[in-house]
Formats: sequence, C-alpha cells, structure tokens
Amino acid sequence: MPRRTSTTRDGFAVLAVAIRREPWIFTVSTIGSVLFGALTVADAWVLGWSTQHAVLPAFDTGEVSAGVLWAVLGLFVGVAILRAVGIVARRLGAGVMQYRMQAHYRRAVTRQYLTLPMEWHQKHPTGELLSNANSDVEAAWGPIAPLPMAVGTVVMMVIAVVQMLLADLVLAMVGLLVFPAVIVANLAYQRAASPLMTRAQQLRAELSEVAHESFDGAMVVKTLGRESEETERFAAKAHELRDVSIRAGRIRAAFDPTLTALPNVGVLVVLALGVYRVLHGQSDPGNVITIAYLLTIVSFPIRSLGWLLGEFPRSVVGFDRVTAVLQATGEMQYGASRLEGTGGALLEVDHLAYAHEPDGRLLDDVTFTVTPGRTVALVGATASGKSTLTSLMTRLVDPDAGAIRVDGTDLRDLAKGELARSVAVVPQAAFLFDDTVRDNITLGADVPDEEVWAALRTAQADGFVAALPGALDARLGERGTSLSGGQRQRISLARALVRKPRLLILDDATSAVDPEVEARILGALRGGVGGGNVDDGGGDGGDSTLVVVAYRKATIGLADEVIHLADGEVVDRGSHVELLDRSPAYADLVNAYEQQPAGEAE
Amino acid sequence: MSTTAATRESTTVDTGEQIPALETIRRGVAVSPELREGLVGTFLLAVLATIGQVVIPIAVQQTLDRGLSGPGGEPDVRFMVEMGLMAFAAIVVTGVASYLMTSRLFTTAERGLATLRIKAFRHVHDLPVLTQNTERRGALVSRVTSDVDQVSQFLVFGGILFVVSVLQIGVATVIMLFYSWQLTLVVWICFLPLFLSLRFFQRRLSDAYATVRRQVGIMLSAISEPVVGAAVVRSYAVEERTQKRIDAAIAAHQQASTRAQGFTAFSFSLGGLSGGLANAGVLIFGIWLGFADQITAGEVIAFAFLVSLFVMPVQMGTQILTEAQNAIAGWRRVIGILETPADLVDPGADGQVLPRGPIDVEFRDVTYSYPGGPDVLHDLDMHISSGTRVAIVGETGSGKSTFAKLLTRLMDPRLGAVLLDGIDVRDIRQSSLRRSVVLVPQEGFLFDDTLRANARYGRLDASDEEILESAMQLGLADWVDGLPRGLDTRVGQRGESLSAGERQLVALLRAHLADPDLLVLDEATSAVDPNLEMRIGRALERLMHGRTSVTIAHRLSTAENADEVVVVDRGRIVQRGPHAELVAQDGVYAGLHASWVAQQGR
Repeated sequence: MPRRTSTTRDGFAVLAVAIRREPWIFTVSTIGSVLFGALTVADAWVLGWSTQHAVLPAFDTGEVSAGVLWAVLGLFVGVAILRAVGIVARRLGAGVMQYRMQAHYRRAVTRQYLTLPMEWHQKHPTGELLSNANSDVEAAWGPIAPLPMAVGTVVMMVIAVVQMLLADLVLAMVGLLVFPAVIVANLAYQRAASPLMTRAQQLRAELSEVAHESFDGAMVVKTLGRESEETERFAAKAHELRDVSIRAGRIRAAFDPTLTALPNVGVLVVLALGVYRVLHGQSDPGNVITIAYLLTIVSFPIRSLGWLLGEFPRSVVGFDRVTAVLQATGEMQYGASRLEGTGGALLEVDHLAYAHEPDGRLLDDVTFTVTPGRTVALVGATASGKSTLTSLMTRLVDPDAGAIRVDGTDLRDLAKGELARSVAVVPQAAFLFDDTVRDNITLGADVPDEEVWAALRTAQADGFVAALPGALDARLGERGTSLSGGQRQRISLARALVRKPRLLILDDATSAVDPEVEARILGALRGGVGGGNVDDGGGDGGDSTLVVVAYRKATIGLADEVIHLADGEVVDRGSHVELLDRSPAYADLVNAYEQQPAGEAE
Repeated sequence: MSTTAATRESTTVDTGEQIPALETIRRGVAVSPELREGLVGTFLLAVLATIGQVVIPIAVQQTLDRGLSGPGGEPDVRFMVEMGLMAFAAIVVTGVASYLMTSRLFTTAERGLATLRIKAFRHVHDLPVLTQNTERRGALVSRVTSDVDQVSQFLVFGGILFVVSVLQIGVATVIMLFYSWQLTLVVWICFLPLFLSLRFFQRRLSDAYATVRRQVGIMLSAISEPVVGAAVVRSYAVEERTQKRIDAAIAAHQQASTRAQGFTAFSFSLGGLSGGLANAGVLIFGIWLGFADQITAGEVIAFAFLVSLFVMPVQMGTQILTEAQNAIAGWRRVIGILETPADLVDPGADGQVLPRGPIDVEFRDVTYSYPGGPDVLHDLDMHISSGTRVAIVGETGSGKSTFAKLLTRLMDPRLGAVLLDGIDVRDIRQSSLRRSVVLVPQEGFLFDDTLRANARYGRLDASDEEILESAMQLGLADWVDGLPRGLDTRVGQRGESLSAGERQLVALLRAHLADPDLLVLDEATSAVDPNLEMRIGRALERLMHGRTSVTIAHRLSTAENADEVVVVDRGRIVQRGPHAELVAQDGVYAGLHASWVAQQGR
C-alpha cells in the first residue's frame, strides 16, 4: 500500500500498538531504564560523597574509620547492584516485550494462512508467506529493543531542558535549537531511507520465494542441470538486496554521527554566544557552564532516540506488509448446518459451473446425483475438469454457479469442519506431513491403532509400514520424501479410510501404485470402505458412497455408474458397458491400452 | 524405489554448531573474501572516530573550565576561540570518520554476505538428492535468508568496534598505570571475575543463540508445511491441530529468544557491577596507599575518573561479544551448509564430454544401498546398446527407481560403475551429462511461472514456435490449444493450477525440448489418461528414434512396445528380452503381465 504520511508518525503508531498490547512489561522495562538513568547520576553523587567524607578526611587526618570504608563500599556496590537490576529489567523487559509481540503477530499471520482461501494461496508464494511471518514480523517490532532506553532518557532530557530554561532563557533557547535540527535530520533520514527499506523488505521476500521454490524443485534443477541458472536467479535478487542494503546503510551511516554531532555543535554555539553575553554582562559564567553541561547531558538521550528512530523505516514497512496479510479478506464463510445422517451420503451436483479465470470455464452446467452407497466413476481425458470437480466437492473452492449438496444440504451451509466429518478425499498428489506414520493417518484424531492398521491393510500399506523402523511411530521426512510415490499414495488413502467417511472421493489416487497392488486395494475397497469389517455408521448396513476419478478399467469396474466428462461438461452417463457400447469417444479413452499402434489415425 | 527412514542420520546437512567462534569468523571470511577488503583503512577510521569521541568531551570540558572563567575571572576569549575551533574540527573529523567507517563496513559486509548467500544457495543444489530430501525446506530457506541477515548486524556494529574497545581498554590501562600501578591492579582484580565469567557466558550464550537459530528453521518449516499442503489441511479440517503445531514452534522460538536475551542482559549487567566494585576499591585502597604516603588525595580522585574510561569500553566490548553470539550462530549454520560434502563431485573441466548421438549404457557390477541401509541393488550387470528402447518393470520396491537415479547420476553406486558410452559417469563433466541425459520423474515439479517459461527450462532459448512444434510432436497440441491463454497460462505454485496429469505433460514437453540423447522416464505419464498416454508413448517412439530411452513403468502397455524389457526383482535382474519372448516364459514377467491383463480385461 502506498503511504503518504510520515514514517516517524507511523513508527510511533506501530509502537503504540505494542505498548497497548503489553503495557505491563513496557512499564517494567521503562522503570528499569529510569532506574538505570537515575543511578548513573547517583554514581557521581556517591563519588562526591566518598571524596568528601572518606578520601579527603582520611588524607587530612591520616586515619579513617572502618565504618566509613564499609559505607563507601556499600554505597558503590549498592548503587551498582541497583543499576544492574535496572539494566536487566530494561533489557530483559524489552526482549520479552519484543518476542511476545513477535509471537502474537506470527500466530495471527499463520492463522490467516490457515483461513484464507485457496485462491489467495495460489497468488502468494510460500517463500513470501515465510518472509511475512519471519522477517517482516521481526522488522515490525525491531524498535521495541531501544524503546525503553529512549523513553527512560526522555525523562532525563525533560529535566535537563527545564533546568536550562531556568538558568538563562536566551541561551537555553539557542541551545534548544538542537531539537529542531534533530527533527530535520530525522525527517531527511526517514525520507531517504524509507523507500530503500521498503524495497529491501520486498527483496527479502522475493529472495525467500526464489530459495523456497528452487529448493522445492531441487530434483528438476538437478536432472536438467540448471544449477547455474537457478543460482543466477537467486544471485540477481541477492545482488539487488545487497545494493539496496548498502545504499540504506550509507544513509544510516550518515544519520548516526549527525545525531551525535548536533548537541556538540550546540554546545559550541552556546559557548560562543555565552562568552558574548558574559562580556556584555547579560549572563554570568555559571549559567553558561550549566547550559553547556546540560546540553552534553542531552546528547545521550538524543542518540538513544536516534537508535529508535533509525529502526522506524524498516519497522513501518514490516508492519505494513504484515497488516496486508492480516487484513486480507475472502475467507470462506460457513453456515451452521450439520450432517446428522449415517451410512452412505447422498451427493447431488446441481448445474455446477466454475472458472479459475474469467476467460476459462473449467466446468459448465455439471449435474448428477449419487445415491447413498453407490459408487460412481468420473471418467474423462486429462484436463477435462475432474480434479476441479473434486476440489469443489471438498469445498476447497466454491462454484461460480450451481451447488453441491450432501444429504440435501448445500456445502456452503455446513458448519466449519462438518464436511470433513462426513467426506474424505484422497488427492491425486499425496501430501504427507513431517510426522509419524500414525499421525499422518489419524491427523490428531483419537483412533485406536487397530483401526489404523485396518485402514493400512485396506490401502495395502500394512506390509511396508510394518517394515519401517518403529512401524506406526516411524517418522516420515518432510512431505514423506523418504517414501516412494506409490507408498505415499497408500498412506494418503489410509488417512481417508480410517475416518470411515460417508462419502469417499478418490482422485486418481492409485496412479503411482503398481497394477497388482492396485488390484488388491480395489478388491479391499469393494469389500467395504473403511477396512470392510467395522461399520460405525449406526448399523443400517449402508456402505459409503464412493466417487472415483479413474482412467483404468479396473478402477472403473468398481463403479455402479460412470459419468463421462469432456471439456468441463457431462457428455454421457450410464454403466461402463452401456458407455462402451454407445460412445466411441469413451471407448477410445478407456480402451487405449489395448489398441495397437496400427489403429493410430493421426 | 524406496528410501528407508533408517538412513536419515547419515544424510543430513551439517548444523555447523560445532565450529568454534573464532574459527567461524575465519572460515566465514575465507568464504567471503570481500570482508577483508579495505579492512586496514576502515580500522584506522574506527580508531579516529573513537579518539574523537573521547577528545570532544575533554575539549568542551577544558573550554568551560579554563576559558570561561579565565585568570581574571573574565572569559579568556582567545583561549576559548582556539579550543572551540579545535573542538569543532574534532566534531567534524569524528563525524566524517564515523560516517566513512560505517559506510565502508556496510559495503563490505553486504557484499560479503551476498557472496555467502549465493555460495550457500548453490551448494544446496550441489548436495546429494538424499540430503536435499531429508532436510526441511523451511530450514534450508532460513539458512540462506534470515541466518545470513543476522551476520550483517555483527559485521557492521560488532567486529571492528570490538577490537577498538579492546584497544581502548589497553590505553586506559596504560594511563592508569601512569598514575598508580597498585590501583590499576585493584581495578583489574575487580574486573577479573567479569572477564573470567565471560567465557562461561559465551558458552551459554553460544548455545542459547544456536537454539534460537535452529528454532527459526523449525518455525519456518512448521509454517511452510501447511501452506504447501493447504488442500489437505482444508479438506480434512485439521486447521486447529495444524495451528497448534505452528503455535508450539512459535512459542519454542520465543522461549529460546527470551532465554538468550536473559543471558545477554545478565552478562551485560555484570559490567556495571564490576565498575561499582572498582570505584569503591580504588577509593578504599587509595586511602590505604595514602596512609603509606604512596599517593595524594588529588591522584586518588583523578584515578576514580579514569576508572570510567576503563568501564566504558569494557561494557561496549561485553555488549558486542554477547550480541555477536547471535550473528555467529547464524554464520555457523550457513557455513555448515557449505561444509556438508557434495558427494557427487563434478570433475569440471577435467571431465570428459559425451559425444552427441545415441548413448550406450552399461552397468558394471553395480551394488547400491541407501546410507546405513541394506543393499537395494546387487551386483547388477547390464548393457543397453545405443539406440534401443528399454522398459524396466518390476514390483514396488524392486529397485526400479534406484536404477533410474544411478543412471542419471543423482546418486553414485556403492560398488561398481555406471558407464555411458564407455565412460564412468563420475568422469563425465556435469554440464555434458545433464545436456545428454534427462530424467523425467513421476512428479514433475513446475515453477510458479508461465507454461512457456516452464517448457523453456528444458531449452533456455526455445522460441514459441519451437515449443509449439515440440508440443505437436508429442501429441500435446490439442491440449495447449485448449488452454485459454496458451503458452501464457500461469501454472501456479508448484504447478498446482494444473492437474497432476497436466503437470506431467509440461515435464515431458520440457524434457523433449532438452533434446537428450538418453531419456529416462520414471512413471512419467502415470497421471495422464490412457488415450493420451498411448499417444504420447507412440510419439516418443518416433521421437526417440536414434536415441536411447529407458522407461520405468507400471503399465505394461509401455513394455509391450519396447525393444527390450528388463525385469527387476528384489534388486536383481531376473529376466530380459522382448515382450513376446518374456510373456511366453514362465517367470516374474508372465505374472506381472497376467495381472495387468486381468485389470484391463473388462
């Protein structure tokens, strides 16, 4: 989002968010900072006291009482301990506050990731989302670290300024010109640095995108020998980030010494004017010294304010980027309806239409019904809309027109999580979590191991799972890369089966499984979804309703009815035999393996 | 076909956590030689800036004390003008020196870090496939992004200033020695506990920050996993459980950071404590020494001021030292990647170049086992003469995919050798190998870009005409025409806007454009409809004329059309010959074929 307002104001606004969220920790760390400041002054007082009451008398009289020495030790160490407490309170407090804010926002951002619709996810690369949750959140709360110090020293600054005004109004006013100078320097800095910081955060996200995608596709990169091209792609971003960082760094390099120099220059100006006023009898030397001294005291708070302000551009940019995610809308709306039925579910697809992009219809006017307990095969050429249909049936996306109903209830009217209680899908590309076999199947649900094994048996996965070290407790690597494609598909199938869904959707879920194993899986499925032994569906004996996306005749053979899809429309439906009989296109599609090259007409 | 979970330990990326701090810096500088550039100049500037910071307050002090109330009680204008100009000059010099120093540091640091990032990124791609697969993507991404970012702060605000602080401590000690060696000893004794405890704290801090950096990797993995697997998370309605896992990772990171911050705050506060102790010690021992007539009261008081000159750099040094641990922890992790051996070493310019034209393949006594696992291929001997089309069949887990990976040098055999055109693959230049040999895996990864860009991944300079021509040759023209945006179609994250079948089509197109002399297809058309699969198969037969092709397939239709079939069973070749011959024999192949026919015969 474009910003026209000032970075300084926005920076304080971001900090205000943090202070409102964590007022107590902020208070503690600020008190720690004030304590630290006060005790730094006290240190000088203790030195004065000790000189007055111990050192000078001792040298004068040649003797000193142990009590006084103990007092000296006690005072110094006491002040030092209190000051140490102040340091710990300030730094630890700032740390705790910073990390708490980071955690709050990371939780909020990831919650968004889990609620925003699939369309949103398709537009936002994983690497960018990682950057939002990590680097941007970190940047947003960066200024919390120097905050207590800055606030603590503001108190010091106010006291010093009041004293200056009391000493000599004219000189004080001249001395205080340092402040507008600081503000001007800060504005110049923010203006110069902000665009660079914005770009740098953007580049950090892009860098993370390239890295994530490239590592994700490492196998392709390797097999095609594109390591150098990938490295160049990454290097281009890395170099751009480097150049922007250097430019931002140079500006920062100029800002810090400027802030340090301003109060010193102020002192010199005050001295020059002070001498003039003393010579003309308008002021006395004591006041000049006081004001000059107070100005040097003020220089430290100004520097710590500088550290704070220096963090602002990056913070504001990070906060904006995080806010953009938090304010993204389009999360799915849920109704309140529940699915109370048992046994197989009734599935109605009613005049369904869906387009991913306005100019490309993926599904058009698709209508069919699957009665409870029946098995329907969706058959169609590659890119005919079958996978789109399964994502609509599991409500990963909502249709543009028409509706899908389960037991007569529109999917959109169902309460959150309700659909998943009754419907399970096994996607074409199995996705496994970096977790144990058991947790990959139960996904946290409380399922006894026997049922897990039963599901694995139906999926013909019990054999290789038993052979894994630890069996159900074996950890699968990220995305299950320690397994073969066929093994992943079978775990994914078991995950669906163990839920004993009332409607099971298999989206070409056995494509990577070899024919013999596939035959056994299909045999077991035919024997009853969910392991074929236990039916928790309330005892009416109804089998699950089954929708299979299939190419191979063995799978199609499972079906009571076949729905033939082409170009996003239902072109025919009936039994496999009927369709073979009357539809040459269908026959071509499913009989391809038997037709020999001789029959090739193209 | 399967990598067992047992092999993980031996295929992980080096954490780098064992590298000592100084060694980390040394190796880090070796990786990024830019860091050494102009170091002497920068160091001199740092010294100059530091001297300025000490001189300016003294000059101002002098002007105030001696100038304002000169000998006659009147301001000594001449003296003040001289001192004032000197102070002003010092302010300017310090400011400029400080700007130049920081700006040079930013430049070298960012340049060095860009190099580090790029080298680490490249190295991830050079790692063996097994290692890439066992490592979490999020953790790898964090190493080339956020871990590198941590180092920057240290390089700019740490390294050099630490050396300067040590110098300052040295100078302060010398000045103190000039006043009184006994009191200097007292000061050092008071600080000794701090210096000694630093080592202890360094170890603690080092561990604490190593944990922080590790937790960042874990957190990013926890966040990225459900983003990549969003469809599964949605369709199984496990958002809550997923969020809990993310929250746990976020909390663990927060806890680790807070703990590290606690150590930092505590170790920093020790500096102040020692300072208090030293002050008291100086006064008390000063009085004692005074009794022995070794020192005057004025000297004791002057010494007390000197102590602050000592305390300042000590505090600065401790602060840098503690904060450096975070940077070094990040640096270690990046260096850890670089130190993980890329065991498939590219012979580079010394390697041989494969001549163009069909490739002759030979497996000579090849035995392979995944690290720590049992042999999955045993003493495999096989010759494929150039220009033949070979199909490899066998049950799941028979070693078919291992075969493909060895052939394309994604892995090297444990014993024996794989020879292409009579040359050991280990002696072939990688660029030549990747140019001539292409593997199309089952799950073709696509980059979030257009169809065109993904196809060009096979041949970088391919024109639209060439891509379309390729698609036509493969029988994919209809499919491309059917896409509303043709080659401009965006495929989405990991290609997920397309179906799994379509992704395989793009992968094939990509491989065809690469124009290999040896094409290895590992279940490359498993998700494509049978009709299209057969058409592609026939097209490939034509296109592979005059090349060698090795196809791994479950569907025996492929085998039927190959010149020769190789049957693999439990890591050994059990049969080979043309389809017609093998079917007639009583063996593994006949069994496989029977079950395939049974599946189709409906």
